[in-house]
Amino acid sequence: MADYHAMWESLGMDVKTHDLLCEALPGAFGDVYLSQENRPEGMDYFNMVVAEIHGIRPAELVEHKKNGGKVVGTFCIHVPDEIPIAAGAIATGLCSGSQFWVPGGEKKLPAATCPLIKASLGARFDRTCPFFRLADLFVGETTCDGKKKAWEILAEDAPMYIMDIPQMKRPKDYEHWEDEIHGYLKRCEELTGNKVTPANLRAAIKLLNNKRKALQRLAEFRKLDNIPISGKDVLLITQIAFYDDPARITAQINKLCDELDERAKNNVSVFKKGAKRILLTGTPLSIPNWKLHHLIETLGGAVVCEEMCTGIRYYEKCVDESGSTIDEMIKHLTERYMGAIHCACFTPNFERIDDIKRLAKEYKADGVIDVNLKFCNIYDTEGYFVERELNNAGIPVLGIETDYTDQDAEQLKTRIGAFIEMLGN
Amino acid sequence: MLFAGIDIGSTAAKAVLMSEDKREIVARNLMPSGWNSRETAERLLSWLMSLGYSRDDIRIIATGYGRVSVPYADSTLTEITCHGKGAAFLGGDDLTVIDIGGQDTKVIIIKNSRVIDFVMNDKCSAGTGKFLEVMANRMGLTLPEFFALAEHGKDIKISSMCTVFAESEIVSLMGLGTPREDIACGAVGSVVSKVATLVSKKASSGKYYLTGGFCESPLLIRKLSETLGSEVFTTPDARFAGAIGAALLGK
Ligand code: SF4
Ligand code: SF4
Repeated sequence: MADYHAMWESLGMDVKTHDLLCEALPGAFGDVYLSQENRPEGMDYFNMVVAEIHGIRPAELVEHKKNGGKVVGTFCIHVPDEIPIAAGAIATGLCSGSQFWVPGGEKKLPAATCPLIKASLGARFDRTCPFFRLADLFVGETTCDGKKKAWEILAEDAPMYIMDIPQMKRPKDYEHWEDEIHGYLKRCEELTGNKVTPANLRAAIKLLNNKRKALQRLAEFRKLDNIPISGKDVLLITQIAFYDDPARITAQINKLCDELDERAKNNVSVFKKGAKRILLTGTPLSIPNWKLHHLIETLGGAVVCEEMCTGIRYYEKCVDESGSTIDEMIKHLTERYMGAIHCACFTPNFERIDDIKRLAKEYKADGVIDVNLKFCNIYDTEGYFVERELNNAGIPVLGIETDYTDQDAEQLKTRIGAFIEMLGN
Repeated sequence: MLFAGIDIGSTAAKAVLMSEDKREIVARNLMPSGWNSRETAERLLSWLMSLGYSRDDIRIIATGYGRVSVPYADSTLTEITCHGKGAAFLGGDDLTVIDIGGQDTKVIIIKNSRVIDFVMNDKCSAGTGKFLEVMANRMGLTLPEFFALAEHGKDIKISSMCTVFAESEIVSLMGLGTPREDIACGAVGSVVSKVATLVSKKASSGKYYLTGGFCESPLLIRKLSETLGSEVFTTPDARFAGAIGAALLGK
């Protein structure tokens, strides 16, 4: 790996502590990823991106900023990246999936806060993530209570911009979100000093739709009986898609898919025959949270789909490209970003249940695992309906609650192992 | 070919040997899991060998949370699958199996002798054997002494959900001069109500069937039946359910 210490220093990072993370990551990545057999060659690009996760891309962002560019960081897939991109900024995801940052967040947040929020605040306050140093604007939203209040604390150190997402999906709520996106556009224009033109916005919509289409093309391979790529590889690609350059990652995913086309023709599978097909649903799995995929796929399962923000919700639906004025395009963004994402922060949210049932069929899942990040109240509560409705539909379901630590690895092994055994008898 | 099941739980290790047609339990053995599951597993193997068969005559399946410490096993399965199978062997094809283990408690739904659903308690040890062990220890009793005492107690309410807090609650009850039998009885009641909550999370099937180390505790069975509003069945062999299931699943 190249030496990025000078860059990290210049970003005001706590380099000593950060070195601990740099030391731990290659081992974890090797165990989970590089140990897989028969991986597609096209994964090389993604391996490299992860190996230098705090190097290559941050260096690009530094370069962009040197030339006067701005970086906008987001925490939720309801927030449209098309807007900052159209304003000439780089958009990057900021969700944090490692226990490494959790204690830092715990210094300021109640213990009963979900690890995703704790890790996000920890990454900023401990100065151990370059992305959290590079963002010129941190875009929070009023989704769950945990985040909403955490933003107030984060705002003491970071330049925050909060978007008010509705809790219901009535016509007036759509209008409200549309209004919020207009406000976001203005804020991004102020930040970058660039006026968003219809041409720029249209180009941004196309750019991100192409990324979605590539990710969906990749997902299609998971519907096959012989699946040519592991679930954890697809998860990794999805996680990287949150912060890599959109055009480049689109090209890389498509290249990988060309290779998978060949594999599909020859009925190549990376799984043993009879592997149980698992659909995951629930709270997001931010990088480097690979724990569940790893457990499932080492216990004789194959993850075929994620009904999650780090999954199908991120890419399944595209934005309507037919708009010609800014207003029209923002209307289309509103439809996509509010109408097509079914997060538990909305009430009611039965569309999500319908999605899970539909996806279970499309991806021929043998069973569903409903994952809840500890202390995520909204997904936990919604689990009641997920379980009941899947039971009614005759689809086996297992509910699991976990966090970013490895303390529960043995218990999870028993639960997931028993679930897979159950699907097999 | 005979079939053996080895179930290394957190507190007790169980082994059974089953006949070729898998209809009969030929021999059974029970010992504390101890500190070292590997050693315990070796002792169970010597016991098996002492029965007069050679290793090649027996197919060995390991289960329980110490299943990875049984290097000589031909294969391993989780305790949920095995408990379900073993309970169905003992109690019938449609059951709601309640297994109160040393460290975790599980409810397994069996239909047509197949596991169709299950739920386990979370990390917390309330509602497991551990809870009663800690309380007995605190009162300076062995578990059998504790149960004997509890039989004569009145039901008092232990309000703490967590084992650690319940322990200090018991200390203060003892300080107040509350009769020990009442405290023991209350502790059993506390476990029963936790277990009943877990049971209520799943749609039950057939009759209730208790497996695990408490299948010979009349008080616990009685209280559990009362709380669930329906008789809980069991048999002394039910503590071997995991090992029986493992043996039955040997191929
Ligand atoms: S789970 Fe909900 S709040 Fe979290 S990123 Fe997804 S849509 Fe946003
Ligand atoms: S996982 Fe739940 S609690 Fe955590 S940020 Fe997302 S919605 Fe909020």
